[in-house]
Amino acid sequence: MAAAYSDPDLTYRGAMQGFKLKPIELVPAGTKFSFVHHWKLALVETVVLAIVTVFLLSPWGPGLNYGVDFRGGTKIEVRFKDGPADIAAIRSKLGALNLGGLQIQQFGEPSDVLIRMEEQPGGDKGQQEAIAKVQRALGENVELRSSEVIGPTVSAELIVSAIWALTLASLGIFLYVWFRFEWQFSVSAIVALLHDVAMTVCLFSILQLEFDLSIVAALLTLIGYAVNDTVVTFDRVRENLRKYKRMPLGELIDLSVNETLSRTAMTAGAVLITLVALFVLGGPVIRGFALAILFGMLVSTYTSMFVAAPLLYVIGVKREWGTDAPVRKVAAAPGRERISFK
Amino acid sequence: MLYVDRWKANAVALVCVLSLLLCLPSFFSQQAVSRWPFWLPKKQLSLGLDLRGGAHLLLALEVNDVRKDWLDQLREDARKRLRDAKIGVGGVGIVGNAVQVRIAKAEESEAALKALRQITQTFGNPILGTSVNDVEVEKGGEAGSFTITPTEPGLQQRVGDALASAIETVRRRVDSMGVAETTVVREGRSRILVQVPGVQDTAELKKLIGRTARLSFHEVHETLTPEEAKKTRVPPGFKIYPGDAKDEAEQVLRETPVVRGEELKNAQPSFDQYTSAPIIVFTFNNSGARKFASFTSKHVGKPFAIVLDDKVISAPTIQEPILGGSGQISGRFTPETATQLAIQLRSGALPAKLTVVQESTVGPSLGSDSIEAGRRATIAGFIGVAAFLMLGYGLFGLFAITALVVNLALIMVAMAYIGAALTLPGIAGIVLTMGMSVDANVLINERIRDERRAGKTLVSALDSGFTRAYGTILDTNMTGLLAALILVAFGSGPVRGFGVTLAIGIVASAFTATTVTRYLVTGWLRWRRPTAIPI
Repeated sequence: MAAAYSDPDLTYRGAMQGFKLKPIELVPAGTKFSFVHHWKLALVETVVLAIVTVFLLSPWGPGLNYGVDFRGGTKIEVRFKDGPADIAAIRSKLGALNLGGLQIQQFGEPSDVLIRMEEQPGGDKGQQEAIAKVQRALGENVELRSSEVIGPTVSAELIVSAIWALTLASLGIFLYVWFRFEWQFSVSAIVALLHDVAMTVCLFSILQLEFDLSIVAALLTLIGYAVNDTVVTFDRVRENLRKYKRMPLGELIDLSVNETLSRTAMTAGAVLITLVALFVLGGPVIRGFALAILFGMLVSTYTSMFVAAPLLYVIGVKREWGTDAPVRKVAAAPGRERISFK
Repeated sequence: MLYVDRWKANAVALVCVLSLLLCLPSFFSQQAVSRWPFWLPKKQLSLGLDLRGGAHLLLALEVNDVRKDWLDQLREDARKRLRDAKIGVGGVGIVGNAVQVRIAKAEESEAALKALRQITQTFGNPILGTSVNDVEVEKGGEAGSFTITPTEPGLQQRVGDALASAIETVRRRVDSMGVAETTVVREGRSRILVQVPGVQDTAELKKLIGRTARLSFHEVHETLTPEEAKKTRVPPGFKIYPGDAKDEAEQVLRETPVVRGEELKNAQPSFDQYTSAPIIVFTFNNSGARKFASFTSKHVGKPFAIVLDDKVISAPTIQEPILGGSGQISGRFTPETATQLAIQLRSGALPAKLTVVQESTVGPSLGSDSIEAGRRATIAGFIGVAAFLMLGYGLFGLFAITALVVNLALIMVAMAYIGAALTLPGIAGIVLTMGMSVDANVLINERIRDERRAGKTLVSALDSGFTRAYGTILDTNMTGLLAALILVAFGSGPVRGFGVTLAIGIVASAFTATTVTRYLVTGWLRWRRPTAIPI
């Protein structure tokens, strides 16, 4: 039996026993791309990205287009019952109401419009009056699809908790990777992770897309996903460090990334499919959210290969790794009694 | 690998079948499920407000109100303690965040301090050394003066109590609307989250739950009019209360009420039998009835005032002693406001003012659009991932798809049974989980390929494929779980819903990818006795 199993040259058809579907390999085995070779380029790119991010968020840059979650104020979504909405007409109608800063945009269907107002004076009553005014100004044929009013105390708290959440998630991942690997892995992983978050934030700043609580949720999800990719690669690096004691580090890291390339492609492909489905079909309410993860995920696939891996090479790791599963050896050592619970 | 513990395999199979069975009701309408035979599960996934439409309010309890009430109470307490100890009071008043007490004779300082210290309540655990006084009583600067200062833990305790009672009151008021599946829960230290499905008009809702509805019956000063009182000075123990509407006059009233709203047993809207104006008929409980009877007996022919939320709503003259413990309030009510006030009186007063700090409404059309969009995205995502897995791994892809189906069923069952509502971000979480959860299977399958390439036999390649991938799966899932849990901890509303689905999805996928696929592969291995691995 064992001999039959071990024959590697058996035809595929025999194995499938009539099963017609032939799996295709997205990435052929034994690729030999070099990833660490361009480490200088990766370093320059990361530094440039950091500078660009700081500039975009600085008072001289465009900053982020914060949603009502963080800014406070009112957001209402209306639908015009008799066909497409005329944004310019709405803008002039509502502009006459003197409600301060207004943002009016088409949202999903041509007949749906999203209106954002800044916080009105007069507390809760003031906000409600403003909504009523807007509704009156828009006329009879308008349906209020949703409304959201966020007071200044809540918006301030949301900013604080969003910052806390992102910081804690990064810190937690840093500590976990440190605990499971070594600090060099940890540093590389966290740089890669911040790289992805920075890229996504830059996208939202440059395109001036609404940055609200759901985008923070997207960034947190992204952090969870991005580190996945990096951890899988690092896992293989650690394994190869045990296996090939004398292989130069750069070569070893390249080998590890190449070995995990197929997995990266498969997982990225599956996640990409679901995200595209969400982005295209999930409706306008979560489109921004889907976009943030979609973009960040594409970036993170690149990052884990072209930033995290070269960075690990630059920092360097210790080479004295124990053999795989030393525990088993100890357990099998003679003279040791095994504790039994039976 | 070839050997599988039969009991373990059976348990896993049972979990799979159960989860598939238990998630079934969520795919049918409520009516359809209610007609099912009794032995079928009926628990459905509940929909969040953003999917079914409704109103969401976040109310903040005014901490300053709680503090002010407490200081009022401390002032009364101080007076009473000194009176009980037969110590002459020079003056008691509220200064800033403390009560200042001055006694008539400075020689009685020690006795007074002892009497005042009795106000202090201690809470916490004295054995653990966590006991704290709710107020600190100290001697003041001059002889015979004292300050009573509330401590921060004491205030926190009061705020907590007030919040709990406010939640009860709000819940009773919301329940009176007769809407099913409303939510009234505590949020943070001093906030209440209210969710009412199906309601679009938050103005009505806020009127109903936002009013303090603190009712009290006061003695009116017999001779002094408000105008005179303003010119000269308000006598101690009295206060000028404004009128409720333009035509209700302000009054000089004794500050300590005769009876409070807490002593009401019932309140119902009704109509006056002579004028047929809307009124509220109320009944006191025993002690309230006694107090009211004794007061009205002594004050026949004189006015008394009914005060609601520090405003006089009516000041009728006592025609005869009211001994039965019931009476009526006539104000300037419409039938609607009378009904609303009766509900508010029945459900009790709020311990402090509630302010709306966040509110949102979702209309039914947006909700159903979102459900439709979510459904389409889920189906498309599933088909896409399934096709991709089949393409990439063939038969092993089919195993992974089976694991994915069980995974989705587990997520739905877990959410239905822990009572987490499905929100639009939650659906996004599920769709995303479909993509991410296949990662575990991808890791296993890639590992098997690697091992096979390294020249291992079929069985040992499968075996080490599974066992060696575990470490990586653990690492990737732990980091993902960490991010998801932080979303749950820090997110609010929909974001939390997303975090919950993501966290459940990660745990469920770790289970299905490792056990379900493993047993499927083992079963296939025994059944088909394959000679090569089709990946």
